Amino acid sequence: MRFLVAPEALDVRAAVREVSRGATGAVNVFIGTVRDHNAGRRVLYLEYEAYEPLALKTLQRIGEEVAERWPAVELAIHHRTGRLDIGEASVIIAAAAAHRADAFSATRYAIERVKQIVPIWKHEHFEGGATWIEGASADPADVAAREEALRRACV
Amino acid sequence: MRVNVLLFARLKEIAGAGRLERDVREPATVASVWDALAHEYPELGRYTSSVSGAINAEYARMTSAVADGDEIAFLPPVSGG
Repeated sequence: MRFLVAPEALDVRAAVREVSRGATGAVNVFIGTVRDHNAGRRVLYLEYEAYEPLALKTLQRIGEEVAERWPAVELAIHHRTGRLDIGEASVIIAAAAAHRADAFSATRYAIERVKQIVPIWKHEHFEGGATWIEGASADPADVAAREEALRRACV
Repeated sequence: MRVNVLLFARLKEIAGAGRLERDVREPATVASVWDALAHEYPELGRYTSSVSGAINAEYARMTSAVADGDEIAFLPPVSGG
C-alpha cells in the first residue's frame, strides 16, 4: 500500500519496498518519532486519532501533488494511529527517485503537507495531564500553505 | 432534515460524543450546522474561526450546502505527522 492509516506498528522496509523500482537511484526516508518532551512537558505517550476515510484520501491527494511537481518520484506515506510510546514511529514517508535531489525534496514536501492538511490529531499524555495538540486549520485548497511547503522542500 | 455529525479530538471531548445525529433547518450549510452545535455546546465556540468542515469524507467550505443524510465532520486544527 502506498498510502496507509492504521494502528499497526510501521515498517520502514515495507515503505521502501513500496517505492523502489529498477530506475531508483535514491530512496529518501523520513521517520517521525515520538519525543519524550514537548513545550516544557515530560511526555509519557501519544495517542493519534484520525478521520480515517478522509485521512487516507488526503494522503493520496498529497501523492498527487508530489506527482505533479516531481513526476518521476514514487512516494509512500504510512501513518500510524492509536497509542504510541516514546521512540515509536508515527509516520514514515519514503520517496524514490533516479537522483537524490528529488528524493529529498519530495519527502520534505510530503511531511510539510501531512502536518498541514491530514485529519489526524495527536493527544499528548504528559506528566500531570493530557492535551490535544492543535496545529494548522486544514484547508487543502490553501495555495499559500502549499507554496510554503514547497519552499521548505526546495531549500 | 437530518445529518450525522462527526467530531474529533477536543471537539469530541467537549460534546461528549464523536457521532451525533441532528435535525437541521433548511437551507443548511456546514456553517449553520456548526452554529447550531456551538449553541448547544458553547465551549465549541472557541473553534469557530479555526475549525474545518467535511461533507461525506471530502473537505468542504463552511458555506457548502448540506443535504439530508449527509455526514458532516468538524475538524479542529490538525496535528498529524
